[in-house]
Amino acid sequence: MKGTLSIFKREFGSYFATPVAYVFILVFLMLAGFFTFQLGSFWDRSEADLRPFFNFLPWLYLFLIPAISMRLWAEERKSGTIELLMTLPITMNQAVLGKFFAAWAFASLCLALTFPLWITVSYLGDPDHGVILASYVGGILMGGGFLAIGSCISAITKNQVIAFVISVVVCLMFILFGVSPVLGMFSSWAPEVVVDTLASFSFLTHFESITKGVVDARDILFFGSLIAFFMFANALILDHKKAV
Amino acid sequence: MDALIEIDNLSKHFGELVAVDNVTFSVARGEVVGFLGPNGAGKSTTMKMVTGFLTPSAGKISVCGHSVADNPLAAKTAIGYLPEGAPAYPEMTPLGFLRFIADVRGMGASLREERIREVVSKVHLEGVLHQPIDTLSKGFKRRVGLAQAILHDPKVLILDEPTDGLDPNQKHEVRSLIQEMASDKAILLSTHILEEVDAVCTRAMIINKGRVVQDGTPAELQSRSKLHNAVTIRMAADKAASARNDLQTLNGVAGIQELTGSADQNGSVSFQVLASNGQSIINQVGVRMREKQWDVEEMHVEKARLDDVFRSLTSSDVSETTVSGGVS
Repeated sequence: MKGTLSIFKREFGSYFATPVAYVFILVFLMLAGFFTFQLGSFWDRSEADLRPFFNFLPWLYLFLIPAISMRLWAEERKSGTIELLMTLPITMNQAVLGKFFAAWAFASLCLALTFPLWITVSYLGDPDHGVILASYVGGILMGGGFLAIGSCISAITKNQVIAFVISVVVCLMFILFGVSPVLGMFSSWAPEVVVDTLASFSFLTHFESITKGVVDARDILFFGSLIAFFMFANALILDHKKAV
Repeated sequence: MDALIEIDNLSKHFGELVAVDNVTFSVARGEVVGFLGPNGAGKSTTMKMVTGFLTPSAGKISVCGHSVADNPLAAKTAIGYLPEGAPAYPEMTPLGFLRFIADVRGMGASLREERIREVVSKVHLEGVLHQPIDTLSKGFKRRVGLAQAILHDPKVLILDEPTDGLDPNQKHEVRSLIQEMASDKAILLSTHILEEVDAVCTRAMIINKGRVVQDGTPAELQSRSKLHNAVTIRMAADKAASARNDLQTLNGVAGIQELTGSADQNGSVSFQVLASNGQSIINQVGVRMREKQWDVEEMHVEKARLDDVFRSLTSSDVSETTVSGGVS
């Protein structure tokens, strides 16, 4: 626990030691605004909710979360600091979790900084605050899922570009399992149970059910176990690399 | 002697490549062991296994009695490690970096600040404490790495090329620092610089192709050179031939080696009188010289160079015959 916290503090602080964090936050907020107000036709809908924003959030995350996660391990390996980290008296799990939670906290901070949207709809109308709060919780969970995948992939390579590209592709798969054209591709020939299983792995399916305002234990369990699985795989990959 | 590092039949394979091949040795408290060898000999790989960064293919390592495989945290707590190239987080300042290391190593705030103050003055980082590590010179970066390694006053210090990239003054400082700390620690350091072995090490180990080919004090190593205690003499060429024949018969002289290309326009040549078993022969040579009243222009005793020993042990054509496996 102590080790995880030390790693967390260093990692989280390091985001703000360079302009990277500020640039990232700026880009994230600008894109969030663009998606919500332009593509999401926020004004034309004349409804006081944040659906346009949360509908686009998975697609925004698809590119921005791998940009956070790509450096997690690839950079350590490239610069050689991984040797320093792995020879400090901490366990592999502490290192993996410390870095992951720092990235997750940063991603959640970015999401939280979209609060002016919430203020705007509250000012313009009378939104269902429970739904919005649930959507934010869903957004944080989904961000954690994307990050866990990205962190795991970042451990495979020391090239951040490769880590980014592979992460985007894998995350895309996890989104697309919930899009009907993709499911249609399978439903024509695969048994229903396969289609349902695939759909149940989709971030969209789980995220959308949360954004309806229902925080179901199953959705939380899905993201929680997905994060746990990829953290475990992450530690396994790093362990394996020590033995090669 | 209590051995703080014990390495038993350690091997590491990377696919087909055998990086470390059945190496056995130990380092006791108070020892400074210099790890020598050409690039790719397996020095860094061995160190990475001792510090727990790489998992050995075979063999056992224990540090302060803790098995690195079974109890890595206890072993890592006892070790201070400077990895090759002294990696550090570039965006951090040395102060922030050292605080992080202290934090991970479980120091409380007051102990932390006290230790940081101490190591900062030891490695002279005062001027750059608040500058991002990224912007520091190579010498400062190396010293940040060194500060990090000694921060928790570890019993075992593992330094991978601690003076690489430092200027002569800094090298001297780092060597004095190592000597200062040596008495109550076991120190294993790797280096390419042979003079460093003379300067700081109590023991030198030459490793080649993953095997220990020589293990002994620097003096023992030197005595393996055939030039050890040889006498180089420069004199008129016409007298040199008879002098050489004469010296050949002296007690303790192993042979004469002519130095080709040493003749100059004044008609002088140089040659070396080689000592058998590296014993001192300058006295005998000097006495004979005075008896015969040779006009010698120059005469000096060769200080055996570790380079020669190093080359003869590690150049590929001879290594096969000198390799004798692990050293206990």
